[in-house]
Amino acid sequence: MMTTRTLQFKIYRYDPDKDQKPYMQDVAVEVDSTDRKLLDALVKLKAVDDSIAFRRSCREGVCGSDALNINGRNGLACLTDLASFPDDKPIVLRPLPGLPIVRDLIVDMTQFFKQYHSIKPYLVNNDPPPERERLQSPEDREELNGLYECILCACCSTSCPSFWWNPDKFVGPAGLLAAYRFIADTRDQATNERLDNLEDPYRLFRCHTIMNCVDVCPKGLNPTKAIGKIKDMMVKRAI
Amino acid sequence: MNVTVRKFDAVIVGAGGAGLRAAIQLSEAGLKTAVLTKVFPTRSHTVAAQGGVAASLGNSEEDHWHWHMYDTVKGSDWLGDQDAIEFMCRKANECVIELEHYGMPFDRLDNGRIYQRPFGGHMSNFGEKPVRRSCAAADRTGHAMLHAMYQRNVKANTQFFVEWMALDLIRDAEGEVLGVTAMEMETGEIYAFHAKATIFATGGSGRIYYSSTNAFINTGDGVGMAARAGSPLEDMEFWQFHPTGVAGAGVLITEGVRGEGGILRNSQGERFMERYAPNAKDLASRDVVSRAMVTEINEGRGCGPNKDYVLLDITHLPPETIMKRLPGIHEIAVQFAGVDALKEPIPVVPTCHYQMGGIPTNYHGQVVVPGKRTQNEIVPGFYAAGECACASVHGANRLGTNSLLDLLVFGKSAGETAVEELKKTPKAHKELPADAFERTLERLNRLETQKGGANVHETRLAMQRTMQKHAGVFRFNDLLKEGVQKILDVQKDVQQTEIKDKSKVFNTARLEALELDNLIEVAVATMVSAEARKESRGAHVRDDAPDTPERPNGRDDANWLKHTLWYKENNRLEYKSVTLRPLTVETIALKKRAY
Repeated sequence: MMTTRTLQFKIYRYDPDKDQKPYMQDVAVEVDSTDRKLLDALVKLKAVDDSIAFRRSCREGVCGSDALNINGRNGLACLTDLASFPDDKPIVLRPLPGLPIVRDLIVDMTQFFKQYHSIKPYLVNNDPPPERERLQSPEDREELNGLYECILCACCSTSCPSFWWNPDKFVGPAGLLAAYRFIADTRDQATNERLDNLEDPYRLFRCHTIMNCVDVCPKGLNPTKAIGKIKDMMVKRAI
Repeated sequence: MNVTVRKFDAVIVGAGGAGLRAAIQLSEAGLKTAVLTKVFPTRSHTVAAQGGVAASLGNSEEDHWHWHMYDTVKGSDWLGDQDAIEFMCRKANECVIELEHYGMPFDRLDNGRIYQRPFGGHMSNFGEKPVRRSCAAADRTGHAMLHAMYQRNVKANTQFFVEWMALDLIRDAEGEVLGVTAMEMETGEIYAFHAKATIFATGGSGRIYYSSTNAFINTGDGVGMAARAGSPLEDMEFWQFHPTGVAGAGVLITEGVRGEGGILRNSQGERFMERYAPNAKDLASRDVVSRAMVTEINEGRGCGPNKDYVLLDITHLPPETIMKRLPGIHEIAVQFAGVDALKEPIPVVPTCHYQMGGIPTNYHGQVVVPGKRTQNEIVPGFYAAGECACASVHGANRLGTNSLLDLLVFGKSAGETAVEELKKTPKAHKELPADAFERTLERLNRLETQKGGANVHETRLAMQRTMQKHAGVFRFNDLLKEGVQKILDVQKDVQQTEIKDKSKVFNTARLEALELDNLIEVAVATMVSAEARKESRGAHVRDDAPDTPERPNGRDDANWLKHTLWYKENNRLEYKSVTLRPLTVETIALKKRAY
């Protein structure tokens, strides 16, 4: 026998074509024991009401498409257990905070990616490429762990008050994590330029170590720590 | 409906591994290139690849591209084209080293070189014993690779059209390809990308099956577009079922787990692969392992309350190895199987994973069709690479880690060929035919006006269940025959799907209906091609073609050593011969495949 359960949702709805303003919609969806994750419930919901819009792809937490604000906290729908929701309260789903809304749960991520691109997210090494791989010791490679795994879901940056106030000036945790990923890479030769690029009252130093980013990262990464390391390097460089 | 035309030298459809690799070639050559992608590039499904990319770097032990070639030909059950396979295996080192230079964070050996692990079917010295050939970044190789290639494209200033869905191929009366129509998802507006070169890198179509490791976006868009525009599809009966999808969830568990020492066990705790592949055991080729697992389950040695899965056991491995080499798998097991893999085995079942067939190409990435003179005449202006294409290097069964290699090598070679062709013959854009947008506008118009039609979700589900039941790991003559009828019935429903939501802005209901148009082409091609192939080969194993002394493994080289070509028009089938002659070495001669 398959056990079923009815989940109550309050979902942020907004279709600019027809809605004067956004509203919260109450909906119920019946799930069974094969539905483990919030994304499974959303897919069932869409089968009934095809107008609800959200992004999704890999359904296993590596593509970063389905970041949402779930009961007030950012997370990935595909990694959120349905079992974690109590029966007596509706599940409140909103788009990621602080970014313009395109429709329903879909936000415009332009500003987020603009900040990611601003840190020059690519390896810079001006030596002529050798015939074989550039050598890197396992220890040096380990420095990249906790940095390269970022999936650009934007859970962190959109939970960061500093990013909400200054999304155009503050790089935000995801971009800064990426910046440190290249600084920490022994193959990269642009550390100084990277630090110059962040030496500014806003780009790096708007991080006030509130640590919301660490709290919500679905991959368990720690942007605050990476930001701290960049700040340390700035200080060391100044003396 | 208004269609705005934009002109580019080249348009690339898809920004996964193959699309991004092709884009690097075109952008760095200074050509005006548009890359259209349904999702932000790093959300493409290459991101989910785990275990590694094959290259005979020989960093841990002696290896050679010729051995890699042998393994790939054998893995393909001799259906792969040996010219393309030689090309790929020879190019592997160069392509992997390039990635490293782009900044890809490969794991390292103590001497600083790229870490390599064993993988299914990869052997040294022409099939002798397993060899460490898979270049890995922990168990997140696809993620590391996709991000590194996206980053390289940022550096090269590639022009991306993010969240644009290509809808149809534009071909003129001479058959030349002149670009695509596409929808900007945010506005619902329709555009045409008029180009001198069109490169399809749209990935696979694994969502035709009910249980699949594939992402939601893997809807065979390029394959569907090509079929609607009259291109044949090659070898679509060959689908890889990955041995280790998480039971129930379908999420992939890399073969790298077995490469690191993981073992498959049945309900008696037996390492059953010893019986099926005494030499390679758990590292036999994927089709072999998947069939062994299903046989165990069918014979009552499955695990769990319904005896419907087997166990992947890594509890004997040192926890440090697991956390260092397989951290993502540990995470997936907790998330999707509810087990701590350090302490308990993971429930797994064979799960649809990879499309071996696709749009026929040569090893330069050019799309080819049978013509008056040869069976491989180039379609001017049309290229394809990666999972949507069929070069054909995977033949009847792909080796693990050869998919990432395929998208690197053929993404690059499609890009290079396009650059050469564009530079060789500088010319103005050929004029678009009067009916360039007709197919697209018809499809959209039908969706707008459809009344009393079929529900998209239900219809897709009916397709997926039909494929799962009638064209699975083992295939049966009667089920295939019935399957053809059933899938043609589903196709009728697809032709009259109805969406309730008719809005313009980011209308995902419309997108899913348009995706289903593509999926159904793939599903029909698969079923029709599978029903027709009356032998067992690689991933296509039928009950009426059993293992006999005259036909080992049920393979019938006398009649079936040939590629299937399916045409949408009347579900017509043609066949073309397999290229057995490599580029420089001797043919790898036909023999019985055993591991």
